[in-house]
Amino acid sequence: MSKETSVKEPLIRLTKRDGMPVWAKILVYLVSILLALGVSALFIFFVTKLNPVDVYKTMWQGAFGGISDTVRKLHISVTVRDICTLLLLGVALAPAFKMRFWNCGAEGQMLMGGVATAFIMIKLGNSGLPNWLLLIIMCAGAILFGAVWGLIPAVFKAVWNTNETLFTLMMNYVAIQITSYCVALWENPFGSNTVGIINQSSRAGWFPELFGQRYGLNIIIAVIATVAMFIYLKKTKQGYEIAVVGESKNTAKYAGISVKKVIIRTMLISGAVCGVAGFVGVAGVDHTISTSTAGGRGFTAIIVAWLAKFNTFFMVAITLLIIFLNRGASEIASKFALNEYAANIITGIILFFILGSEFFITYKMHFRRKVKEA
Amino acid sequence: MDSVISLIQAAVVFGTVIMFGCIGEIVSEKAGNLNLGVPGIMYIGAIASLASVFAYESHAAEPNKAVCVIIALAACFGASALAGLIYSFLTITLRANQNVTGLTLTILGSGIANFFGGSLNKMAGGVGQISVAATSSAFRTTIPGLSSLGYFGKIFFSYGFMVYVAIIIAILVNYFLKKTRTGLNLRAVGENPATADAAGVNVTRYKYFATVIGAGISGLGGVYYVMDYIKGTWANDGTIEKLGWLAVALVIFATWKSVNAIWGAYLFGVLYWAYFYIPNLTRASQELFKMIPYVVTIIVLSVVSLRKKKENQAPAHLGLPYFREER
Amino acid sequence: METNYAVEMRNVTKTFGSTVANKNVSLTIKKGEILSLLGENGSGKTTIMNMLAGIYFPDSGQIFINGREESIRSPKDAFNLGIGMIHQHFKLVDIFTAAENIILGQAEGRLNKKAVRARIKEICDKYGFKIDLDKKVYNMSVSEKQTLEIIKVIYRGADILILDEPTAVLTPQETERLFNVIRNMKAAGKAVVIITHKLHEVLEISDRVTILRKGEYVGTVNTRDATEMMLTEMMVGKKVELNIDRKEPRNTVKRLEVRNLSCYNREGRLALDNISFTAMGGEILGIAGISGCGEKELLESIAGLQKTATGSVIFSDPSTGTDIELIGKSPRVIKNLGIALSFVPEDRLGMGLVGSMGMTENMMLRDYNKDGVVFVNKANPRHLAETIKEELGVVTPSINTPVSRLSGGNVQKVLVGREISSAPAVLMTAYAVRGLDINTSYSIYNLINEQKERGVAVLYVGEDLDVLLSLCDRILVLCGGKLSGIVDARTTTKEEIGLLMTKSGKTPETGEGKGETEDE
Repeated sequence: MSKETSVKEPLIRLTKRDGMPVWAKILVYLVSILLALGVSALFIFFVTKLNPVDVYKTMWQGAFGGISDTVRKLHISVTVRDICTLLLLGVALAPAFKMRFWNCGAEGQMLMGGVATAFIMIKLGNSGLPNWLLLIIMCAGAILFGAVWGLIPAVFKAVWNTNETLFTLMMNYVAIQITSYCVALWENPFGSNTVGIINQSSRAGWFPELFGQRYGLNIIIAVIATVAMFIYLKKTKQGYEIAVVGESKNTAKYAGISVKKVIIRTMLISGAVCGVAGFVGVAGVDHTISTSTAGGRGFTAIIVAWLAKFNTFFMVAITLLIIFLNRGASEIASKFALNEYAANIITGIILFFILGSEFFITYKMHFRRKVKEA
Repeated sequence: MDSVISLIQAAVVFGTVIMFGCIGEIVSEKAGNLNLGVPGIMYIGAIASLASVFAYESHAAEPNKAVCVIIALAACFGASALAGLIYSFLTITLRANQNVTGLTLTILGSGIANFFGGSLNKMAGGVGQISVAATSSAFRTTIPGLSSLGYFGKIFFSYGFMVYVAIIIAILVNYFLKKTRTGLNLRAVGENPATADAAGVNVTRYKYFATVIGAGISGLGGVYYVMDYIKGTWANDGTIEKLGWLAVALVIFATWKSVNAIWGAYLFGVLYWAYFYIPNLTRASQELFKMIPYVVTIIVLSVVSLRKKKENQAPAHLGLPYFREER
Repeated sequence: METNYAVEMRNVTKTFGSTVANKNVSLTIKKGEILSLLGENGSGKTTIMNMLAGIYFPDSGQIFINGREESIRSPKDAFNLGIGMIHQHFKLVDIFTAAENIILGQAEGRLNKKAVRARIKEICDKYGFKIDLDKKVYNMSVSEKQTLEIIKVIYRGADILILDEPTAVLTPQETERLFNVIRNMKAAGKAVVIITHKLHEVLEISDRVTILRKGEYVGTVNTRDATEMMLTEMMVGKKVELNIDRKEPRNTVKRLEVRNLSCYNREGRLALDNISFTAMGGEILGIAGISGCGEKELLESIAGLQKTATGSVIFSDPSTGTDIELIGKSPRVIKNLGIALSFVPEDRLGMGLVGSMGMTENMMLRDYNKDGVVFVNKANPRHLAETIKEELGVVTPSINTPVSRLSGGNVQKVLVGREISSAPAVLMTAYAVRGLDINTSYSIYNLINEQKERGVAVLYVGEDLDVLLSLCDRILVLCGGKLSGIVDARTTTKEEIGLLMTKSGKTPETGEGKGETEDE
């Protein structure tokens, strides 16, 4: 027997929604981002006593603006460059996630692609090959290494159903150690514990300028990957198979799809595109290799892919937001003498709000009606 | 012999960090929450204790060691549990995806820790300059007498008290999960929340408590790391994150049993430091040696999935949200 | 307020999104009686009881327990009010022992195993249960699990017991034993509710019957005044012809020959033990057996989805007359050989269809790979989806609406429609009408009969023996993975089939008769 005599409805009850119009979804996301910016502003104010509006203004300056035209162009091109790399990683994860394969190994797969790129850059840098050919060889090497790094957990998942989340996570650290090993091997100058800028004078294996854009090739690769992946997932048979396997492995078997084959093939693709991101990161951005070539972007990409619901075009928007925060934060770091990790804090807060906001898209809340006095 | 002993000592110290992280994660995972925010939580625990003790030590003329320890532990547990609470609110109440929420927590945690850690370093006058000597020495105090019992003392009694706390917590958690009704209910929540719910277990409350307390325990790994492992200093070098992932790996290695985490953690420590004690390794090949713990985890993960023994598997509902009115 | 009502529900309404599951339902349950809650699937019987058990919370309406208005916000509230429900899908933790499951969710603190065991033993003695308290649930048979569920509920001191379709998974003999237990509980003064859609059970066990239809309350009658016809009318809403038009098989030819088929299931237990039979084109071969008797593995072996240990399955091609071995071939290989083998699996959304996809994309599932090279062709499947929607009357907002949003009957129409559309030579269906209302069930029976007349060899796995007897030509009975007999559906009786279903003769209560524990 309940002790209370009053009949109480729970304060809040939840029911699942049938669906939500697109405009409402967008509204929910926008509100959540605004709220997150508000919370971040409070954080900035209490920690640094700086005016948050100034801080946000500076962030905008850092990502898209600048005191002069040259600075602005530089800022924008760096922002675009960073978007390209993160977008590539997000695109790489899309097919794996659509298959419900938690590829948390983009970090390692990108690093392996980067290692292959750097290796070929160093070994063939003075061979006199034309740059375009060298780039193709580097890209092929990066694809191969990235794909292999995706293949290993895929095989274990396909054959023994080994948990892929944890497997791919561990593979990241193996890749990091391999990178450290290579850095030690290729150290230049001796004792610096870095590889240094590869082929600094000859620029062999560097991305060429395209249309006067330093990062023209980065953009082209990212755009091609985004569009191609979109078509691959939506229009091709293999994309259909991925969707079926992701929904139910039993259904896939019933439909005559070889689940093992699809898992392995999809992870080869996912790893290969991560490898391309490594290629872009080394040949198109850093011109060196280190354990921070991926710099945690492999993990950020997981969040990008998840929030975009595997749609590569949504990824562009989310990547834009995250890179804006990162670029902006490094600007405030230098301007207000904070450190760059402020970006991680603000990114974390915003992502939490976006993640939380999905609740309002899936569920409907019913508040307790006014209880009549008995 | 000396090098074997110093390897064991290094392994125990190393293992203790990840043992805390691992036990906390076991508690959380047993309730069905795969919290990939462990590295972030350890970060937050570490920086919270360091910052609060730093504030105390720089204001108190004669810092009292007992007060130092209490402040460090309380700040660490509180901050870590708060991080766990954020994770819980998002995944349990708002039913956000656990993997993504956990990873975000790791990003946030590393941001907070390195942001304040960097600032503390700057306040203290440069990288590596920050030092909370009193607290650190309190954490590293060994049991007088016992530690000088030759090899025996060195192997078993040359550590700060947190090493023993970790072992005690591991045993207590094991007892709690296996022998108490509350533990039984908790495991039911992770295995089959609908059943637990229908049996009258408050699934939401259990999940919250398990995740928050689990996060608190995980965070202790962070305090042990800053106070004992790196002797009360700070460096933005990402080591905690690495160790945090090893703690997650250790959960699998221990097949979700906290007593296994004890020896598993020390074994990881041995594997991690082995390169240091093998003569004539180049720096490059040392790096290769450092990957052994990860490779071993991968092997264990594969072997566990091969054996398919029901009792050794992850909780059946791990990583999934629960909504009672799901149709 | 004095009352002999254990439960009174007034004007209870519950909606899920846009579906109304219960609309203004009022009903009463008396102490010391057995009430049947009768209705077709989808009539809201389980939903209304779930609100008593604290699983769902009503949108509006009042609930009185022992004359006092209560608000049941969680299963815990329900327990405190003495309400216990045995769900159709058992709520048990697989890796726990029986004892652990019983004490789950009870007062916290240290475990006093002795006291617990003593109390369980007392309950078992009182009602005549047999149970091994240290057995893990994953080693238990269905009947054992059900026993465990009932003990669990009584252990918590429930005075109001709700059983949701308790006989669905039991043999006739096990059902009889369960009914005796229920009668004992009634004698002990407990109020018992049985949710069911089987009329003969209603008439056999209950004191009163409350009928629901499409989520609404229709009426309550005393069982002694009720007849089967009257209850059917109340349940369905109009007079229905309960006869299935069974034609004599014509021109039967050997279509599928299964020889000495054995296979192990995923847990490594022998699921099929040396099965041999022949299925003829132009006849319906029924397959009966308690759930888990190997029926699933049998169909999946033929479809190329289950790895087999020994034996063969020979398909005789009706057009060329050649014999083809199916064992060792994947579904795709079988399809590519031009063998039209259709399969309606038990798990519609988990195996037959992709829940998150619309009808069009589900139409592609079986032969998306047929034409084109890289890209999928959506024109033909779209056309097929339109046709099926039209011809079978599938109720869906659009052919692109995810099929998981459709009702059970419409989901089944989509699945059966697709499988029949490929003009099969063999049609296998597993529990084709489970969860469907009577009208939809009969339209499915008609579709199956049409296929039979077309000369298709139909394998029909069913759980309702009455339907099996009136739809099939021959009935194959499985027990614990063994073939226990093939009988003529026109001459056999339910009792005969029931006996064959438990042929091994061991008592099902210990689970040994299921062939599940033997190989461990």
